[in-house]
Amino acid sequence: MAIFGLWIINKAGGLVYQKHFGEELVRLSPNEYLVLAGTLHGIHAITSRLSPLGKSSGVQIIESETFKMNIFLTATGTKFVLLTSLTDTTADTALQRVYEAYADYVMKSPFQTPEMPIRTEKFDVKVAEIIKLFT
Amino acid sequence: MDITKMYSTGHASVVHPRLSVLSTSSLPSEHSSLSASSSSTRFSLPPTSGTGTPVPMPSSASVLTLSKTPLTATNVNRPNIYDRPLNKTKTSEVSLAAFAFLFSEMIQYTQKRVNGIADFERRLNTLGYRMGLKLLELYAWRTEGVSRAPKRETRFLTALSTIGNSMWKSFFGRAVDAIQKSVTVDDEFMLTENEPAITKFISISKDMGILSCSALTAGVVEAILDGLGFPARVTAHNVPTETYPNCTTILIKLDRSVLDREEALK
Repeated sequence: MAIFGLWIINKAGGLVYQKHFGEELVRLSPNEYLVLAGTLHGIHAITSRLSPLGKSSGVQIIESETFKMNIFLTATGTKFVLLTSLTDTTADTALQRVYEAYADYVMKSPFQTPEMPIRTEKFDVKVAEIIKLFT
Repeated sequence: MDITKMYSTGHASVVHPRLSVLSTSSLPSEHSSLSASSSSTRFSLPPTSGTGTPVPMPSSASVLTLSKTPLTATNVNRPNIYDRPLNKTKTSEVSLAAFAFLFSEMIQYTQKRVNGIADFERRLNTLGYRMGLKLLELYAWRTEGVSRAPKRETRFLTALSTIGNSMWKSFFGRAVDAIQKSVTVDDEFMLTENEPAITKFISISKDMGILSCSALTAGVVEAILDGLGFPARVTAHNVPTETYPNCTTILIKLDRSVLDREEALK
């Protein structure tokens, strides 16, 4: 039951926030993270068209043998991606809380331009608090 | 009072520097001098009523707006906001989120028009000043209706404690956390808030330096003190502590005249 990382992808597919917790995740270069986020954005868009039942949101959970990726799509197209261990069940609530913190400390800060990389201190502090609550 | 002098002389083009956001006067402490600035439209009605008329009071403003709009079937029944009873919204609360978005926009608007932190804080101070004038009047009007023997504070310390306690409760829902007097200088007083509500969601980046968005609150306090007869210079400063990283102090530097008067009244 561990949370490995959090990514926030804006509606254009650019990575605006990434945070890693713990040592399990292999460190990649910043460029690679940007590429991965863009790829994930594309995959998400493709999967939203693949549903046989008509309209659906894109992929929500991607599972592998060692970890799980939970994707939360907001009404405005922003994606919150949480990388967790396989046994984690609280990812949805954690993502909701992160979304609340985003709406509070990122959107209401006058020094943060929307869709740009997030550099607000209070958001970092709040995210660390939330993650500590869930690990 | 400078403002009443302005109304009676009938010069609409001369606006009190504390009231005009466009004013080019550099020092915020020029309370006694009225600088002629070209920004009369910021505080007065648009010049359709002529340039020679004095700045109208709110009640006549409502008369002017009513006569300008044609009386159609739709707007003859629409209630004018100026006619609403003042006590109607006395206990209602404003959503902090809504105010935070508005305040964020005010700050971004100001940021585009300034070239320096001092100017930025001065502009926020001016915006707060304009709010504070009206807040003082509204507060005085409402307490008069509630208490049996409403009193006007003439001594500074009682005035300061009223501001920090009852007025703060009516604006923000809670009193200030500390009211202090400086030990080194005898004309400085401080109101300390551990978690100011209006700056709760604002993160200052490192390159903004020591900016404090509570300059708006400082402006409100400055206007209230001016209205009560205690001219001062009020500024806001961040004093982060271990437990309260957002702790903010409103520093009040009184005019010499106030101290002399307090001495005489002792």
